[in-house]
Amino acid sequence: MGVSETYERGRRLLVERPFLALVVVVGVLLFLDLLYKLGTGAVGIATVVGHVWNGTVIGLIIGLAGIGLSLTYSILGFANFSHGDYLTAGAFSGWATSYLVAGLGSSADLAALFLLTASPRAVGVTIASKPLAVFLGLGVAVVFTVVLALFLDRVVYEPMRDAGGISLLIASIGVALAIRYAVVFVYSTDIRGLTAGDVPRSRLTIVDGAVVIDAHEVALVVGAVALMLGVHLLLQRTTLGKAMRAMADNKDLARVTGIPTERVITATWIIGAALAGSAGYLIALKRGAMNYNLGWVLLLLIFAAVILGGIGSVYGAILGGVAIGVVNNLSLVWIPSDFARVAAFLIMILILLFRPEGIYGGVKTA
Amino acid sequence: MSGGGFALADARSYFRDSTAATAAGVLAVLYVLLSIAAMAGVGGTVPAWRETVLVFTVYALLIVAVGMLWRYSRNDAVIIVGVMAAIYVVYLMAGVLFLGLPLNGIVNTLRRITFLSAVYAMLVLALNLHWGYTGLFNIGVAGFMAVGVYTMAMLSGPADIALGLPLPVGIVGGVVAAALVGAIAALPALRLDADYLAIVTVALSEIIRLSYNSTVFQSSIPRLRLAGITLLPSIPVGTGGGQGIRTPTNPVRALYYKDPGDTSAGLTDLGEFAFGAADGVSVTLIGGQGVQPPVVIALTYVLVLVAFVAGFYWLLIRVGNSPFGRVLKAIREDELVANSLGKDTQRFKIKTFMLGCALMGLAGILWRGSTGFTQPGDYLPIQTFYVFLALIIGGAGSNTGSVVGGIVFATLLFEGPTTLARLIPELLQRLFNTQLGSPPSTFVGAVAPIAQLDLTPLLAYSLRNISTLRFILLGVLIVYMMQNRPDGLFGHRKEVAAGVDLRRPDRDTGAGAATDGSESG
Repeated sequence: MGVSETYERGRRLLVERPFLALVVVVGVLLFLDLLYKLGTGAVGIATVVGHVWNGTVIGLIIGLAGIGLSLTYSILGFANFSHGDYLTAGAFSGWATSYLVAGLGSSADLAALFLLTASPRAVGVTIASKPLAVFLGLGVAVVFTVVLALFLDRVVYEPMRDAGGISLLIASIGVALAIRYAVVFVYSTDIRGLTAGDVPRSRLTIVDGAVVIDAHEVALVVGAVALMLGVHLLLQRTTLGKAMRAMADNKDLARVTGIPTERVITATWIIGAALAGSAGYLIALKRGAMNYNLGWVLLLLIFAAVILGGIGSVYGAILGGVAIGVVNNLSLVWIPSDFARVAAFLIMILILLFRPEGIYGGVKTA
Repeated sequence: MSGGGFALADARSYFRDSTAATAAGVLAVLYVLLSIAAMAGVGGTVPAWRETVLVFTVYALLIVAVGMLWRYSRNDAVIIVGVMAAIYVVYLMAGVLFLGLPLNGIVNTLRRITFLSAVYAMLVLALNLHWGYTGLFNIGVAGFMAVGVYTMAMLSGPADIALGLPLPVGIVGGVVAAALVGAIAALPALRLDADYLAIVTVALSEIIRLSYNSTVFQSSIPRLRLAGITLLPSIPVGTGGGQGIRTPTNPVRALYYKDPGDTSAGLTDLGEFAFGAADGVSVTLIGGQGVQPPVVIALTYVLVLVAFVAGFYWLLIRVGNSPFGRVLKAIREDELVANSLGKDTQRFKIKTFMLGCALMGLAGILWRGSTGFTQPGDYLPIQTFYVFLALIIGGAGSNTGSVVGGIVFATLLFEGPTTLARLIPELLQRLFNTQLGSPPSTFVGAVAPIAQLDLTPLLAYSLRNISTLRFILLGVLIVYMMQNRPDGLFGHRKEVAAGVDLRRPDRDTGAGAATDGSESG
């Protein structure tokens, strides 16, 4: 290993893949700029830590939702454009339950609770004040989304098992529209405030400022990590994981080997939808408000995470999710918030251009 | 069906397996029920019943007629004109007999559905070049439209954040910009599978929309600084941000007004004549004053649009029948084969992508650029899905199908539900003398009365939220089409590879168009 070898590699990169070299140069420049900004005090260290924390929180949700998208992508062989709306369905069903549980016996009437139009202050849901309502809501979000996904698989995707990926993709766009506007039909397009009251929070002092961490973010992180661990154990310790990997590799081969492919597909939908539903519920808990666009807006970020991590890889989806979340937030150091999503999409396009197999490319760890 | 007449066996098979025939059957049953009800004197208001029966009869006949045209006509122009004419009759009868619109309103309704049909037909034709011909799965149509319209508005719009160049410069600039962005998008198209390309194009269209929506470029393009160094100076051209941007005055106004931007400057000679003649039009059946100047101007513009649709159609037929087009179809069927035959498929893909994007930009300019104002909300991904659904209905790969798909989508699926929502209360009022009453404000308020077997609140709520239901309908329709008719209305037609007609006239009888149809575009 010498200077000349490093130089030679750099030269080859520049000649053979000039665009990649350009991307690397821009990346290095941005990193230097960040150091420069930290050094001159233009950007505080606490601000950067705050961006990283917020990015991680959002990223865990994106990763959680991404696991399901990644699994359906590799096992059913299509990019599911309705996955984001599974999050929306989970969030609305879960929060309707939370409101009904929390508001039972209060002055608010049932219709207002179900439609989430009751005053958030009157119902007063937080993880600290009404933990039971939150847990039941999360549970219903999971169950409802699973039932919805299985129903849709039965009605939409099962008759199309042999269709190509593009046909399924187009059908999933139709499903996405139907779910989203069914939610609008019941809940309208208004933004619903959800949580109110004092959420316990703590201030972490860092060098030149402080980062605020509240209980909902902690709940989200704990919930997301627990669910991810659960999926990890499920896929590593049971034969289901092995069957899924076999299916992702070669569906026909898996079938002739005696793997009950339809049951594996059902299991895939159950896992994916359960994670999507809980992700939708938790992100609404963190934000304290939601509307019918909740999942659709996140969908492209979820795709970005899955592609970044490598399609079919559970750990890739988690890692990709956190990376996309952090990029999404850290980009605020340079660009206005209007462009945070643009930055994440650009990262995804660059990954597709230069490493379409993703971080965990080639290794199917599902 | 060329040559011989229409055989009985054909008719039987047609009614057995045609969706149109099924729909006509449903209407026929409805017709019988209505007739019985009318004879029994339900509701008492006999004229309303007679009118309704008449209208439904005509509708049923129209569906059968259009279905037969679709099935047996070889002449694509006749099919397109026939479909459009049938839809005109549907809207005309509904407008005159049920909604009681004045002449100006009727003409304007027909104008509006023609306008929407034309712009969708253009967009679908452009998308057909990508997906239908080449198999490039582009779901960023809205983004390329936005580039065309915004570039045009920023180059030659009336706003003070625009450059104020002449309109032709703006239009050419918009089309070129859309093509260039298409070239950038084609970069991943070279490497990626179809589903990755889908994600990239939809992400790109969102990047474009979010950029136009941003306050950063609202009044000027700011200077670019990195690590304390200014890389680009500020440029005084803005996008208007979320507030939108004004687009140039529609040039057809210059035909009628001496100063297109200021009506008080007086009319041109043509304007005096045309406005006077239009105002003087009266039809005995339809009341109200004649056609008003704004509608006359809009009608003129619709004629321009129809000419553009014909131009798009001609261009795509020419492209499809050229050697270039044959390579595109080969790429769609099997890229590897095309490649191994020595065709540089990547170059073909880039060129096609750029041409299609340029056409999308032009269609965007002709649509959104003609209304005086545009905003980023006009270019949501849903706009792309509309165009895609229209292409799926028409049948990817068929230009005639693209035009018919655009017409069917715009008139029946997009405008249809809202028109129906206006018709239903009117019909209920006339036939049963019942009123729906004011719709409940919430879903629970609409559903709760079902317990007392009262469905009217739910109906009223549904009619008020018809635009939401329309989205659900479109979603369900996409799934239905993909499951049952992935080829659309015209995608089943076979294409001849040759650029010239190889059919021998003396042997060209026998089976119908469905089996050996020879539409080449």
